[in-house]
Parts: sequence; C-alpha cells; structure tokens
Amino acid sequence: MTDMLLEVENLVIGMRRAGRPDAVIVDDVSFSVAAHERFGIVGESGSGKSLTLRAVAGLLPKGVEVLSGRIAYAGKSLTGMPPQERRRLMGPEIAMIFQEPMTALNPVIRVGEQIAEGPRRHLGLSKKAANTVAIEMMARTGIPDPERRARAYPHELSGGLRQRIMIAMAVSCNPRLLLCDEPTTALDVTVQHQVLKVLEGLCADTGTALIFVTHDLAVVNQTCTDMAVMYSGHIVESGTVADVLGDARHPYTQGLLGSAPDFDRPERRLVPIPGFPPSLTSRPAGCPFAPRCALAVDDCSKAMPTTELVAPGHTAACIMTAGVLA
Amino acid sequence: MTGRAQNPPFTGPVLRVADITKRYHLQGPLTAKISRKGEKNNILRALDGVNIELRRGEILALVGESGSGKSTLAKILVGGIPATSGAVHYHGVQMPKRRGREASRRIQMVFQDPYSSLNPRISVGAMLRELLLLHRIVPRGEVRAESIRLLNLVGLEADALDAFPSQFSGGQRQRLAIARALAVRPDILIADEPVSALDVSVQATILDLFARLQLELGLSILFIAHNLAVVQHLSQRVAVMYLGRIVEVADTAELFSNPRHPYTRALIDSIPRMTAGSVNEAFVLEGEPPSPFNIPSGCRFNPRCPFAGDACRIEDPALVVVGSVTGASPHESACLRAADLDELSLARTPNPAVAGTVRSVIK
Repeated sequence: MTDMLLEVENLVIGMRRAGRPDAVIVDDVSFSVAAHERFGIVGESGSGKSLTLRAVAGLLPKGVEVLSGRIAYAGKSLTGMPPQERRRLMGPEIAMIFQEPMTALNPVIRVGEQIAEGPRRHLGLSKKAANTVAIEMMARTGIPDPERRARAYPHELSGGLRQRIMIAMAVSCNPRLLLCDEPTTALDVTVQHQVLKVLEGLCADTGTALIFVTHDLAVVNQTCTDMAVMYSGHIVESGTVADVLGDARHPYTQGLLGSAPDFDRPERRLVPIPGFPPSLTSRPAGCPFAPRCALAVDDCSKAMPTTELVAPGHTAACIMTAGVLA
Repeated sequence: MTGRAQNPPFTGPVLRVADITKRYHLQGPLTAKISRKGEKNNILRALDGVNIELRRGEILALVGESGSGKSTLAKILVGGIPATSGAVHYHGVQMPKRRGREASRRIQMVFQDPYSSLNPRISVGAMLRELLLLHRIVPRGEVRAESIRLLNLVGLEADALDAFPSQFSGGQRQRLAIARALAVRPDILIADEPVSALDVSVQATILDLFARLQLELGLSILFIAHNLAVVQHLSQRVAVMYLGRIVEVADTAELFSNPRHPYTRALIDSIPRMTAGSVNEAFVLEGEPPSPFNIPSGCRFNPRCPFAGDACRIEDPALVVVGSVTGASPHESACLRAADLDELSLARTPNPAVAGTVRSVIK
C-alpha cells in the first residue's frame, strides 16, 4: 500500500439501462492524491469532472453509479463500503464544498447551528462545545463578528459570507481531504480572491489535502500543486501544475490555454478550439478529442489512446504527442 | 456599415448617459425584509448618478462586482425599464421616455444565458422573420435571403433556419441571440455578460465574433463583463462601476497599467493569473460591497479603501479627468486621492517581487 490519501483506479461512472448498454459518462479515470497535496481537476461542462468528485464523496445523483473501478481512501475501498460506514467518514475524514452555497445550506436553520452539527455528530461534542467550535471555525474563515453571524440565517448573508460558512462547515471536523466543486465560480473576483486565500491558509495550517474542480485554469494555477485535465469523461493529461500549464502536451490542454484570455499577455491572439465537445450520447470512437484536433490522424479514431508518461510525473493520452516524444 | 441611412454627420458619442438614477422602493413586507438583509432603509439605490459615453464604433467594457448596477444600466439603455431620473442621449438627441418602434430598434441587447433568452418553441427562421417583418427591414419576399445573410454573419449556416434552439450548443445559441439582435440593424449593441455562461474554448469564438462585428458593421458595443482578462482582450475602453456609480473610465491599456481608483487597483490585483506564481498580495480588498440600501456617506468606497482619509468620509468625489493621459481619451476617476495613489501604494508594497507582477504600476 502506498502513502496516498486517495487513490482512484480505472473509475467508470455511468447509468445502467435496461436492455441497452450502460451509458458511460466518466470512463477509466485514474489519479491519486497524497496528503497535503492540492489537486485540481479542470474541464469544460460535461467533461465529467464534477461527477468524478461526487463519486469520491458518495454523492452521485440518482440513477448514476460507479459501474466499475476502485476508489480507495487511506487504503480502504470506498466503493465496496456499506453506506453507514461510509457516511461516518464524511466530515471527520472527507468533506465537501459546493458551488452554490445558497442551495447547499439549509434556509431555515441558523448557520452556526449548521456548522455545529458536524462536530456534535462526529466528534461527540456537547451542544455548547460544538457551538464554540462553530464560532472558532467562522473566525478562521475570516467572518467578521462570528458570534453575531452564527445566529444569522443563510439568506441574511452575502454570497462571499455564505461560501465561508460552507468552508467553516466543511472543515469543522478537521478533515484530511477537502473536496471543492467550483467553490468560487459564483463569486465576484475580489471575493473569490478572499475565499481562495482562506482555503489556502486552512490547507497550509492543517495539512488538509484538496481536490479542486474548476473550469478556470488561472484559479488552478494559483490554488493547486498538481492537476488533471478532463475531456469527455477521460483524463487526457495530468502532472504538476507547472508541467501541465507550462509544457502542455495534449492538444486539448494546448487548445484550452490558447483560447483562454491571459491577463498578463493581452496582445496574444486567442485561438478558439474548432467545433464543440461531443454530447454524452454521440461520443466518437477512439480519442474523443480527435474530431476537433488539428493533429488528428486516422489512428486517433480507432481506439482511445493509452495514457503515456511524457516526462517524469507528467502523463498525456495522445498517440501523436506520446509517439513524438517517446 | 450597413446600407441604412445614418443621421447627418454627428461627431459626438453615439450614446450619452447623463446622471441616470434608478431607485426601487421596496414596500412589500417579506420581499423587502429578505432582500435588504436587515437594513432599515427601504429605498434601494441601484444607480446613483451614472454618467458615461459610448463612442461610435468602440467596444466599451463595463465592469464591477455583482450588485454594482451593471445590468440595471443595460436594461435602462435598451428601454426595458425606465430610469428614475436622468437622460439617455442617442446621437445627441434625448431618447423619449417611451420608445417607439424606431427608437427601440437602434439599441439592441444580447443576454447572458442563451438557454433562457431564446424561445424554445419558435424556430430560428420564424424568430428572425417576425423581427424583419415587424420592423419592416426588408420586403416580405426577401425575408428568407436576409435571414440567411444574418446567420452567415454570425457564423451559422442556412440550414439553421428550420431548427429550434434546443438543437444548438451554448455557443451556437449565443450566435443566434446575436443574429436576432442584429436583425433590426441596430447601431448599438448592449451585451450583458454574453460569454460568462460559455466554456472557455467556445468563449473565444464569440469574442472573435464581437470584434468582427465591430469592425465590419461599425457597431458600438457596450460589453458588460466581470472577467477582466476578457475585457482587456476585447475592449478599447473600460468603465468601472461600484455601488451604482462609474468610478473610473480610461482606455483599456491605460486603465490596467495605470489605475487611478483604489477599487480598480483592487480588482486588478484580485485576478487569478496564469503566469505569476501565487495570488498577488499587493492590494487585497477586505469585505464586500456595502448594501445599496445604505450607501456610505462621502466616497462610497471609503469603508473598504486602505487609503481613505478624513476628507473621503465627507466629500462624495465626482468623476473628473485625472493626470497622465497616455491614451487617446481622457482618464477619469472619482477618487479624491487619485493623484497620489502611486506613492500610497508604494508605501504599502515593500516587496518589489510582488508589486512587480502588476505591470508598470510602479514606474
């Protein structure tokens, strides 16, 4: 057994359909996250990045399930674990932050009480002690005047404060792995900056590992140490952030970098990726990116390229780039 | 330019917004209580004296945090809602309170979400036909040819005519929404966050389209956005909005390299970067914008401003031309301390490695 905190191996997520083949949404995804690591998953809508994260949390939507593969947390398989046992891990071991705090918070319970619920259930604290923890957590996420704010309902708080409440709730039991699903996408740029600072500070203080799902390459660049790029259900490239963004090998990663405006290089021309991502039901055979790829050859549409090491710790799934560099 | 006759030569701005205010009185017991988050005041000041000019053939970006009034201004400009006070001048002539067919044709809007801005039950052809006939853009016999011309203009093919919005991807839908706006041959386009709902790879194609329309049709575009990297890429000038007022306007390069309002500087320093190693610490903004129910006295930014002095808490600064004009147009800022911002920020950023990541702020 390795010292990895989380290992995902050959994960396949999809829907079982009576009398028809399973609809596969996330296909053969493997990655691992070490303790203290901050791992970003980047992809466009429909790439399967959020479902991958939800599979780790055991929060897949109804009808969608893990079809095969293995998710192991600290050496224990989560996929085969009874639901009750798994639920006990959520909070003290694994916690999650959602994109939209207004829908993730209960509108009729005061936020302090919602934060205190975790410590009461999982750490067995008394109501009073748990409330103290809640206020402490709120202070740590930079909420001014936490004693007063703990008595507020979610609707009385601004978007940035609500997201801090979500973070306070997630870290209240001191988890070792924090799952973040686009936590700053709904926030303004100044507030996003503040929330990212809070996350960064918490992870540095407690050694919590982070999986950070986003579509924003710049946010990953500033938040994460390692990353994977997903396209149409596959991880097409992974490695350290410096390697993947600085020396992108997969044509899709290169395309993303070329089409995103970079504030530090305003004079650069944007090069859009032609076409658009395949829909779930019409995924092409072979490499899903082939129809949009400038480098594509006939072999690309025959089989999904295997994931090859292109440099130490840096992988890409592309027959063209792997072939050139091997 | 399209073939349509223009007004006699008019060299001023195509659109001038003069001291527009918009107030909402929230009287309903529940809605008011929820939306004002404990504030006693029940008057929401969404726009509090907005002055801005849109020049012929330019893309002017409007940026600011949510709640700053960007979308309210857009709605007033297209005539969707009336302003409480102030005036909108189109080619130097004041727009009437209630716009007729001709007046409303001139200024068209593209919305943020192409999934909710297109009627799912009307085919693309029918959508365009209705507009072309209602506004008598072309004779009945030429409607089909004109529709195809519009689709080609936004990069779609003629076979889209018989399709319904659900058959298109997000980027294609936004193209349809742009074609619809262009159908009535406006000379001003108001685009309210037109790319923020789109994926990055698609976003670039729509940005290209706006740039092309500006060049080919001579359109003047007010481009509302919160992504400053997008704004920097596309626009010629940028206006920064804070709590219902424009606080800074300048040419794009000038604004980003030499911001003359602390709020603009804070926005720039909050942008996640691709090249700088970590989050820029040079200027971090605390807190969030105050409630529009209770706008601070003096400068509206003073409670969050690290440079605020006593005068800032008393005097409400107007938007005035400030020094160091490097661009073609004046650099305006509503900050009492605009002139000495450089020295102030130098004092705050002793680490040159960090401060250096903001391009040429420190000269």
